[in-house]
Amino acid sequence: MRRYARLLLVQLRAAVLLQMQYRLDFFLEIGLALFWIAAALAPLYVLFSMRDAVNGWNAYEMLVVVGFFSMHKGVLATVIQPSLNNAVEHIRKGTLDFLLLKPADAQFMLSTSKLELAHLTDVLAGLLMIAWALEHLPNVHAGPLDLLFACLLFLCGLLILYALWIMVISLAFRVVKVDNLSYLFVSLFEAARWPASIFRGALSLFFTFVIPLALMTTYPALAVLGRARLQHFAIASAVAGGLLLLSRFVWQRSIRAYTGASS
Amino acid sequence: MMRGLRAFPGLLRVGFVSALAYRAEFLVWMLAYTMPLIMLALWTAVAAEAPLGRFGEREFSAYFIGTLLVRLSSGAWVAWDLNFEVRQGTLQRRLLWPIHALLTFLAENLAALPMRAVMSVPIAIATTLWLGPVWVKDPVQIAIIPLTLLGAFLLTFLPMAMIGTLSLFWESSLSLYDLWLALYTVLSGYVVPLELFPPQLKAAVHALPFRFMLAVPVENMVGLMTREQALIALFWQWVYVLGFAVGAAGLWRVGLRRFAAYGG
Repeated sequence: MRRYARLLLVQLRAAVLLQMQYRLDFFLEIGLALFWIAAALAPLYVLFSMRDAVNGWNAYEMLVVVGFFSMHKGVLATVIQPSLNNAVEHIRKGTLDFLLLKPADAQFMLSTSKLELAHLTDVLAGLLMIAWALEHLPNVHAGPLDLLFACLLFLCGLLILYALWIMVISLAFRVVKVDNLSYLFVSLFEAARWPASIFRGALSLFFTFVIPLALMTTYPALAVLGRARLQHFAIASAVAGGLLLLSRFVWQRSIRAYTGASS
Repeated sequence: MMRGLRAFPGLLRVGFVSALAYRAEFLVWMLAYTMPLIMLALWTAVAAEAPLGRFGEREFSAYFIGTLLVRLSSGAWVAWDLNFEVRQGTLQRRLLWPIHALLTFLAENLAALPMRAVMSVPIAIATTLWLGPVWVKDPVQIAIIPLTLLGAFLLTFLPMAMIGTLSLFWESSLSLYDLWLALYTVLSGYVVPLELFPPQLKAAVHALPFRFMLAVPVENMVGLMTREQALIALFWQWVYVLGFAVGAAGLWRVGLRRFAAYGG
């Protein structure tokens, strides 16, 4: 365990150093991230300039959900996406062999191999949105316990995201062109920006059972607003645990079937 | 120019066959257009409580299905291709062909349209079954639907080609495309029908090119415009097309002098 903690530090340091080489791109990325955040908030601005509430969510309650969405998206773009795109590159070029030979777990090494620090902007913006929304919700008194609960639920959401992503990447062992699958995944994830109750009919079934979006953004938001129950946590942790185990299983199966792409 | 026109059908055929060859990959790209459905979910939930202006649930559904159809039929990817070919140096092969290189890209992007129709025609039919006949009834407006769609495609392709051409000057020109896309997302009517915008913003949005890339064909298609409005919008759309075409050709001429073909 201590060995992995040290390894994590080394990996992170290398990733940060790599990022520091491209300073102009780094600031450009931050600017663009800010632009996209504004673009994402535009429909809500238009909507709530005409209405007070939708589906029982007022503007600031909705903003809490969007805040959690932005944080998820930030973590996805900072850690998960770059590392695992790196994995696809390794698989395609056959350089995964070198990684598998190292005396450490390959999934761990891959998952920590690359960072896009500029996308931490989204995480920060998400936090600010939540804080700002809480300022404007006089009836909500989020105590430390609520916040802790929200953090736990958010963590469950992150684990679900990671597990789903590992499974998408495992597909790369079978179909080589996986970059557009990751694109598809990101665009499906966009649906998590609204409270889950907005979706009706077939969409609601899809987003409950195929991609459990409600667990990722709506649950933590409910916790912040003081509306979450213990059963929310039970469901979220069970789904997160189950998906993590499943993704680990899928990954190991895929690794076993891997025969190397180079000579 | 004449040579380009003669070669064009052949190029289209090649592009179509290559789209057909990568059909699975192509399908995944098409499935990724989920934004209209996400927005449809939000706005119909809003309209279920009370309509906004002239938008009830049915109008919102028709509008966002319309945006999906226009997006499906006006997609292009020339910015990435150009950037990639400039960086890899493979653009030089294309420059040897006796046709303007931008025309060859145009043919490749245009040739995917039949494959895209495979997705969009069933969606249009399913929508008609679901919502009833929501489409425009005026014969003139029906007649200009293909023109507005082609205009939307060209207004997607040409700015993208310009940004791709900028790769000749600046390696990270794709960031500029990201910025363009963010502006497009808000100002084209992709996430909100433009008439719901606050009045101060509406005037600016009205003059910018973004609405001609999406909102104009959609509003014409689902009958949110009068015949006169549609014809005026069509005129300005093609003025923009012409402007961007001249701009792209000019930028290409300047940029090509700088191309030194890295790589081998």
